[in-house]
Amino acid sequence: MTATSEQTPSPGEATGQPLVVLERVNKHFGDLHVLQDIDLSIASGEVVVILGPSGSGKSTLCRTINRLEGIDSGRILLDGQALPAEGRALARLRSDVGMVFQSFNLFAHKTVLENVTLGPIKVRKQAAKVAQDSAMALLERVGVANQAGKYPAQLSGGQQQRVAIARALAMQPKVMLFDEPTSALDPEMINEVLDVMSTLAKDGMTMVVVTHEMGFARRAADRVVFMDGGRIIEQAPPEKFFTDAQTDRAKDFLSKILTH
Amino acid sequence: MDVVVENLPLFLEGFWTTLRLAVFSGALALVLGTLLGACRVSPIPPLRGLGTVYVELARNTPLTVVFFFVVFVTPQLGLRLPFFPSAVIALTIYTAAFVCEAVRSGINSVGVGQAEAARSIGLSFNQSLRNVILPQAVRTVVPPLINIFIALTKNTSVAGGFFVAELFNVGRRLTNGHATAVTPILIGVAVFYLLITVPSGLLAGRLERKVAIAR
Ligand SMILES: Nc1ncnc2c1ncn2[C@@H]1O[C@H](COP(=O)(O)OP(=O)(O)OP(=O)(O)O)[C@@H](O)[C@H]1O
Ligand SMILES: [Mg+2]
Repeated sequence: MTATSEQTPSPGEATGQPLVVLERVNKHFGDLHVLQDIDLSIASGEVVVILGPSGSGKSTLCRTINRLEGIDSGRILLDGQALPAEGRALARLRSDVGMVFQSFNLFAHKTVLENVTLGPIKVRKQAAKVAQDSAMALLERVGVANQAGKYPAQLSGGQQQRVAIARALAMQPKVMLFDEPTSALDPEMINEVLDVMSTLAKDGMTMVVVTHEMGFARRAADRVVFMDGGRIIEQAPPEKFFTDAQTDRAKDFLSKILTH
Repeated sequence: MDVVVENLPLFLEGFWTTLRLAVFSGALALVLGTLLGACRVSPIPPLRGLGTVYVELARNTPLTVVFFFVVFVTPQLGLRLPFFPSAVIALTIYTAAFVCEAVRSGINSVGVGQAEAARSIGLSFNQSLRNVILPQAVRTVVPPLINIFIALTKNTSVAGGFFVAELFNVGRRLTNGHATAVTPILIGVAVFYLLITVPSGLLAGRLERKVAIAR
């Protein structure tokens, strides 16, 4: 967790071997230029929180990292390898990138346990018994082991999101992406999910987190990346960003979210 | 009604042929249509194109023309088949287009989030389809599929015009010999069709209600 010190390395040229690299990434939705010359390099074990106003491209950025969204130009490297186009190679690469969605997206027709074992069995070709044992251990870790036999619809939002985290972790990913993991939750359930994420961060998982939870950003992030209008405007360690933002747009954003 | 009772064995034979036409073509169309439906949602553009072209061609060609092609044109290409298999092929080609569209809308009824979650744990397109999307799509797809089967059952009558001795063909031949009894013969024919289509329709209705409740 020493990857980013006070001196944030210049984008694309991080020290050592960065785990995730985006180089001059551009993406359009029709006429809308959602990602504009994005350069971002994430070290192994680093926790990066992405902040920015609605529509600034945070989700899109997150989703390009496992190629749920393709890009128009530029390069994305994962562990030194370029993201392949569609096909087997892409599927293999995706299995190394865990993704947690705002709306959980648990497989509705499968039990909690089956949700967690599906990937290990089908993708990693683990024996069912082995997959179930490690799935139970993961469910234990996120505190929902007693729900293993239930269907997603029978669980609370907070429980579902913790299962979704377990499902992603079951693939033993190199990096975890979270796109507003607590935005669809009732307030009293937000903390149970953030706690799981904080523990994950402490354990050294590389994480990219889009969130509006400033407390989490302060507590768990190594670096805050602020986006606006499809560009990265500013990046800094959290305490610096929150107390001493450099750009007007970041200051403006902070004044809005910190006052209400 | 005497004509019907007297010729009951003939009617039953026709009914049996109609049922076989419907079941064989239905089963084959289900397989072909599901494959085409998978093509329609595939990430590979040529496969999507293939699916689209097939559906547009098959769905917009009158069934009689499809029959005409299979029964009269393929023999000229050196592929000579008896009339019954030819009829099954023609009905399959035509019906698969409708199955494809039903399967596609079933797949689309499963939220995109499910497919994205499946892909992000590293499942391939085929694995996502098999393990995540299709099992959930089945619930919405079964009632329309039964309606397609009902339409198929009625469409089998076209085979009667192409030398297959199914129900309609039997009825038509009987009316030739019994000009005064056309009405009872046609009623007889209709009743036999209803024996297949009415129970199917009831089943579709029940499943539809069940799916609606489970939602
Ligand atoms: N599939 C799409 N097709 C067209 N436009 C899209 C699509 N997805 C996103 N957009 C547009 O791209 C822009 C960036 O979207 P994105 O979801 O990345 O923003 P965001 O920063 O995550 O916003 P929010 O905080 O509201 O989630 C928005 O203007 C959005 O309307
Ligand atoms: Mg978003």
